[in-house]
Amino acid sequence: MSIPSSPAAVPSSSSSSSSLLAGVTRHRRRQLIEAVVVFALIALLPLLVKNAYLRNVIVLTLMYAALAQSWNILGGYCGQISLGHALYFGVGAYAVSKLYVSYGVLPWFGMLAGGGLAVLLALALGYGTFRLKGHYFSIATLVIAEMGLLIVHNWDWLGGATGIQWPFGPDSWATLQFARDKTPYIFFALGLLVVTWLLTFFIEGSKWGYWWRAVKDHPEAAESLGVTVFRSKMAAAALSAFFTAIGGGFYAAFVSYVDPDSVMHFRFSLLMVLPVVLGGIGTLWGPILGAAILVPLSEFTRSYVGGSGGGLDLMLYGGLVMAVALLKPEGLIKLFARKTRIREAAR
Amino acid sequence: MTASALPQILATGLLMGLIYALIAAGLSLIFGLMDVVNFAHGEFLMLAMYATFGFAVFAHLDPVLSLPLVAAVMFIVGASVYAGVVRHAMRSKVNTGMVQIFSTFGLATLIQGGAQFFFTPDFRNVDHTWLSAKTLDLGGIFLPWSQIFGGLISLVAFGGLYLMMTRTDFGRALEATREDKGAVALVGIDSNRVFALGWGLGAALVGVAGAVLATSYAIHPQVGAGFATIAYITVALGGFGSVFGALVAGIVVGLVEALTANILPPAMKSMGIYALYLVVIFLRPQGLFGKL
Repeated sequence: MSIPSSPAAVPSSSSSSSSLLAGVTRHRRRQLIEAVVVFALIALLPLLVKNAYLRNVIVLTLMYAALAQSWNILGGYCGQISLGHALYFGVGAYAVSKLYVSYGVLPWFGMLAGGGLAVLLALALGYGTFRLKGHYFSIATLVIAEMGLLIVHNWDWLGGATGIQWPFGPDSWATLQFARDKTPYIFFALGLLVVTWLLTFFIEGSKWGYWWRAVKDHPEAAESLGVTVFRSKMAAAALSAFFTAIGGGFYAAFVSYVDPDSVMHFRFSLLMVLPVVLGGIGTLWGPILGAAILVPLSEFTRSYVGGSGGGLDLMLYGGLVMAVALLKPEGLIKLFARKTRIREAAR
Repeated sequence: MTASALPQILATGLLMGLIYALIAAGLSLIFGLMDVVNFAHGEFLMLAMYATFGFAVFAHLDPVLSLPLVAAVMFIVGASVYAGVVRHAMRSKVNTGMVQIFSTFGLATLIQGGAQFFFTPDFRNVDHTWLSAKTLDLGGIFLPWSQIFGGLISLVAFGGLYLMMTRTDFGRALEATREDKGAVALVGIDSNRVFALGWGLGAALVGVAGAVLATSYAIHPQVGAGFATIAYITVALGGFGSVFGALVAGIVVGLVEALTANILPPAMKSMGIYALYLVVIFLRPQGLFGKL
């Protein structure tokens, strides 16, 4: 099997196959060290940042980074651009809320249930939609998510348009309720980000990663080389949906409240995709870089201008994404990558 | 739902369907021409509605009169978007599919934010038009004049489109360019120019739809999104790139929506179209009249 174009894993300087393998492992070892440093620094943030508003922004940034990382598994590595991930986010948020509020099931188990439900849904929908190519698929995901929103809006069992309000309770890791000090949410969101990062890291080095990128770059060629395109897409969709639902469950616990528009609106599909596009689609660090730029930017514009941001945040988002898509389609992470590649070549 | 209500439901659905077809026509035209989905289509519609509102407020022009002006304005918008954004997106060498989706997607978000910023999120209405609040009584079937006007305009637009595609040099150039971009260059057709005119024409069509909708719908920055979802469904049902498939599909969508609204609670009226869409893409991904 020929190695598909993978900017991250194949250093340009290697020539023979043995040094190529050594290069790959060296490259991957360095990525792991980078990750340990970055995530350790993030874990120290609560020591420096005491302001409640800023801590809130950190939680949201980490959460969207994890969600973007999950979206990237399907969209970036397997090339299936979903514009409807709000569906899985909503499934997770509603599963956790309904199970906890009505049946007393702890959010930890609720998240697993929501994740499982999202996987089943992703497989059922993927069965029908993965025959569609390119923008046909994107449009289908968009319409299906709208359909989900409409159903939940009119589903009395899930609270209809008013949604589900969590009861007020004492701070506890068991129920994931921290009303006074939000620091534990930072650690939970960071944990989720680390898990999704590690998953992406292992995918990049595994045969699945190569298969998926082959499916993305050239499905017909991949099929002819024995890659089962359909199964690859289904596996990527299941993983992606699972972690998106976990993120949704976390968000529900974080805000202690769900309603259809606050967890299943098209806006959430966007907020998962745009960091990936901005940072670098199909890259290990792109989603995190993108979220680190976009989320604080939108939060600060919103609090600066007030209310819904008067549209200013949307203009910033839209303008940035359009500019990156046109001028730097590899994403902003490429600005760093070029430097490391030059360093490697010089060695 | 009683049998006596059926003619009324079908007539309303038919007229709405013709308007849906008109909204989808431009999307389908652009898609067929160059295999690009304009994710800012709903925002084009929203801009056209604001333009109609602007003509009504500042020039005291009735939407019926400002319709050609709105179409002309939107033609310029469409051609500029092609020249400024889409042309560059199509040249991209890396992540081509992603670039095509997110360049127009980013544009849509930008336009929506801009509308919120400059026009405020307030709902606007074009009041006291010649057509508003007047209905025609057709032997017990009551039809609002604004919808009759919309349906007629849609038929005229599709008729004009048909004549243009079959009888004019531009139409033939359009058809030739969609079949083979490289070959048309050999016979001296500038595909770039054809694409720009195609985008202008597509936007002008949605401009006409916007002027029609402004007579009976409130205008606000998010108004385009809902209609755009229906337009994507219409185009997918008719078959991407089949302009006249969009006409048939638009009517089907209008009828299904009208029937659903009478069976399910009104808030669920889109459910029927969504279900129809799912059935079609699961069973016949290329749509009713499309080729994959």
